[in-house]
Amino acid sequence: MSSTEYITLKIGGQLFGAPVSDIHDVFAPTSITPVPLAPKEIAGVLNLRGRIVTAVDSRARLGLGPRDPDSSIMSIHIEMKGESFGLIIDEVGEVLRLDDKDREDVPANLDPVWAQIAAGIYRLEKELLVILEIEKILSFAMETEADRVGKAA
Amino acid sequence: MDDLLSEFITETAEALEVIDAELVRFEAEPNDQNILNNVFRLVHTIKGTCGFLGLPRLEAVAHAGETLLGRFRDGTVEVTPPAVTLVLESIDQIKYLMNMLEEHGAEPEGDDAALIQRLEAAAEGELEQPSAKPEPAPEPVQAVEAPKGKPAPANLPEGARWDEDLGRELRPGEVSLADLEAAFAAAEFDAETAAEEHAEEKAIAEAEAAAVAEATMPEAPENAIQSMAQMAEAAAALSGREKDEPGARAEGGHTISNQSIRVSVDVLEHLMNMVSELVLTRNQLMQMVRSMDESEFKTPLQRLSNVTGELQDAVMATRMQPIGNAWKKLPRIVRDASNDLNKKIKLVMEGDQTELDRQVLELIRDPLTHMVRNSCDHAIELPSDRMAVGKPEEGTIVLRAYHEGGHIIIELRDDGAGLRTSRIRQKAIENGVVTAEEAAAMPDEQIQRLIFAPGFSTAEKVTNLSGRGVGMDVVRTNIELIGGAIDLASKEGEGTVFTIKIPLTLAIVSALIVGVQGQRFAVPQLSVVELVRTGNTNDNKIENINGTRVLRLRDRLLPVLPLTTALKIDEDWGEKENHFVIVMQMANQKFGLVVDEVFDTEEIVVKPLSNVLRNVSEYSGSTILGDGSVIMILDPMGLARLAAFDTSNANNTSQVETEAKVKDSRNDRQSLLVFSAGSKEPKACPLSLVTRLEEIDADRFEMTNRGPVVQYRGQLMPVVHLAGQMSINEEGRQPVLVISQGNQVVGLGVDRVLDITEDVLNIKISDETPGVLGTAVIGDKATEIIDVGHFLSQADHDWAAALEKSRKEPQSVLLLESNPFFRNLLYPVLNSSGYRVTIVSSANEASALDLEPGMFDIILADIDNDEEARRFMQQLEKDADWRDVPRIALTNNDEAMVEEYSGCVRKSDRHGLLAILDQAVSLKGKAA
Repeated sequence: MSSTEYITLKIGGQLFGAPVSDIHDVFAPTSITPVPLAPKEIAGVLNLRGRIVTAVDSRARLGLGPRDPDSSIMSIHIEMKGESFGLIIDEVGEVLRLDDKDREDVPANLDPVWAQIAAGIYRLEKELLVILEIEKILSFAMETEADRVGKAA
Repeated sequence: MDDLLSEFITETAEALEVIDAELVRFEAEPNDQNILNNVFRLVHTIKGTCGFLGLPRLEAVAHAGETLLGRFRDGTVEVTPPAVTLVLESIDQIKYLMNMLEEHGAEPEGDDAALIQRLEAAAEGELEQPSAKPEPAPEPVQAVEAPKGKPAPANLPEGARWDEDLGRELRPGEVSLADLEAAFAAAEFDAETAAEEHAEEKAIAEAEAAAVAEATMPEAPENAIQSMAQMAEAAAALSGREKDEPGARAEGGHTISNQSIRVSVDVLEHLMNMVSELVLTRNQLMQMVRSMDESEFKTPLQRLSNVTGELQDAVMATRMQPIGNAWKKLPRIVRDASNDLNKKIKLVMEGDQTELDRQVLELIRDPLTHMVRNSCDHAIELPSDRMAVGKPEEGTIVLRAYHEGGHIIIELRDDGAGLRTSRIRQKAIENGVVTAEEAAAMPDEQIQRLIFAPGFSTAEKVTNLSGRGVGMDVVRTNIELIGGAIDLASKEGEGTVFTIKIPLTLAIVSALIVGVQGQRFAVPQLSVVELVRTGNTNDNKIENINGTRVLRLRDRLLPVLPLTTALKIDEDWGEKENHFVIVMQMANQKFGLVVDEVFDTEEIVVKPLSNVLRNVSEYSGSTILGDGSVIMILDPMGLARLAAFDTSNANNTSQVETEAKVKDSRNDRQSLLVFSAGSKEPKACPLSLVTRLEEIDADRFEMTNRGPVVQYRGQLMPVVHLAGQMSINEEGRQPVLVISQGNQVVGLGVDRVLDITEDVLNIKISDETPGVLGTAVIGDKATEIIDVGHFLSQADHDWAAALEKSRKEPQSVLLLESNPFFRNLLYPVLNSSGYRVTIVSSANEASALDLEPGMFDIILADIDNDEEARRFMQQLEKDADWRDVPRIALTNNDEAMVEEYSGCVRKSDRHGLLAILDQAVSLKGKAA
């Protein structure tokens, strides 16, 4: 029986899970430099141990309102296609090992933006856990590259 | 693709480049056995390796090429350009096959029988081309047979052969060193050098073999690797030799090849990145320690700092490559071009050892190639044409590179036809790059630079080589992308020199750190011309024209772009009094970037942007500062585009109001006559210059040789139409602005009089076009301000001359005027009235003239808003030498008309001015 390890995250009160294998590490971001003119999902750029990481605001990505500026934030570090991203989230929870067979399909009536980035749902005892498809969350940042390659070809 | 194959591809590509260059050299010096031997050896190695790797097409082509080279070497076939072309063709075919191999991992389908046949025929001395002299039937030549027969490719079912040198059996496809040696010896190759080289190769090959064995690679690839080692050796020896004196030949090559190793670019990039991190961490530490008074870390940190600096230099040095690497293909290109075009062209390359960053090198390669092609194609003339103008038959293209203060200068010089300015001018007008008026006003140098303008190509016929519409503008763009600049100087009939200036490296740049709204950004120092502090109390003030901001900077108006607007940080223009304007210069655009704060300059390590941010053209990268924070690097090119957009597209009512306040505070309001002529865009001139507005029946115009005239109040009035003579109405009525000057009357024809308005004349864009003083915003519209004086003289050439004659000798006038508009307005008036005018824009400039008594007959000064000018006039009054020279004040302020001047006149009062000057002159005459 196969199972997957997920790290749980809170974004705007909702519990999410991201496959541990997709995540490099978790860190508390300090001083994010905003980038004017960047897409709204880009929170800015930050320095993670000498590397410049593009910070993606998960709330903006999910179409949620801005967070309380005083609240603390966390970030998960993702490497994709040779680039570093920091996904800014509200809090990080525990690591769960869940059976693949228990994963349910995304309900048909889910908001299309959410449906696009959700890989499935787990019914935990107390609440629902939405599994995030990391690649889809960052797809907006990747599309541009595809577009450019397309144009060049 | 397996490692072996990819390594083969890399090595072979390098070897092929060397072969290309060497063959061209060989063609020029067919007696240099040394070059031939090396080429031969490289081709041979390629062939051997192909055989081993099971690449039959490549092997067959290489074999046939090698055979022909063999015949060159033993002298049975003469070295002629067609024969060399054939060998080059085979090299091209090999390159093509290599490319396919690289893409698909396998050789493409098909065969090269035709090419091979021609190569073989040539080897037999039967070259199809007429220029090749048929040779007597070749003698039987063992020398050639030896290398081509025995390095038997993989399909040779020969049994294992024992090789004495290696001390083991030869594997399939391997050539015994003895065979090779024999081959070289037979070809009169310097036996000693060969032996030496073989010893080297053997050592390397064995070392390689051992290394491979250790790495538990399958046994077989050893051979291939060995061949590659040989190939690399040969290539290294060749390039090594190029550097050395011909006499020092082989030895030089050996030392170099022994002391260098091949490192992948990725490793270097990684090292560079790590060093950048180290530099940043060091900066961070330094900043921390600096803020402490006493710290035991100070000394070790100083050491760390020094070591880091040295490390950085050393790693940077590994990225440096001689620019010659980007030039390798050029001899071949020039050779092919001269053959195709039936021209004789010599390419001279100087300073090919000048080093620059690998990345820059890659980016400069294509533009350079394009430019050299252009020179061959367009610049160098046909030999017959060259002879006709007394130039040597052979054209020369000189490519020269050298360092100059953190930059590399690359010069491309040819002794060809030079740029034909007239043709460029014509073409630029045809292509709509400039208007005819603009073109007429441009000096030749500026016209020549138009070849860098987008959409420009003068090639009368499209040739194989160039003239396909992508031209120098692409070259310029590419060079500017890497922060470089290009310029040219050309003399028709004598040649052209292009000068390219590029930074040594892109990885580390010097940048100015600026701030707006608490956010910091980096601006590359390369494009910063100067920094100006502005403020309401300051001379430099940012002003508003219909929402467009401009800065008065010395004599010019500079369009400025607030960074807040560019980055849409804060849409409303802060009421802050003090700003900094960073004056930036891009190729042909100068603009100011307005920021709140300027910090310091820092050497920053440029980090590429992530994909999602790369589309934002305002940034070129990001970097980590010494304090650990990340900041964005602004792209001057992107901002320049924005600045251009901003000036043409701004509209904001609230700003119009503030503008009105600004106007009221000044005394420069004038009545302006707004009209249209030729184009839809409004034109204007000060109403004070116009005597009357008339509408004249079209049938009253009479033609004379000097243009149309009208009988007007008992006089003949010449009429000139602003949009050209042909625009005068043939029916109905023609509006004419009547301008009178003494007894003379001139009519200016216009299409329609639109309005009379009172406004501040603030010339925004000054113009070089004759007849136009510049463009100002009048009533929300960009309006061309007409230079009436110009049209007056155009209408009646004799007029100015007649006036001049009426005086015994021209009087010289010093005009002190700080306002560029009035300077432009007054100069033609004075000049056309026969005065010799010297213009200065400030009292300082006037003092700098070293005034000598008698230098000027009259002094004119604008005393409005210019305390200095007033003082200057007062000083003259006290000066015994100047006391008697008439000093006339120009002012629009009636209260200023006081006795201390010989006369006062309103600036816009043309008649008053001329009258007072006349009076002053006659008074002076009487006094004398």
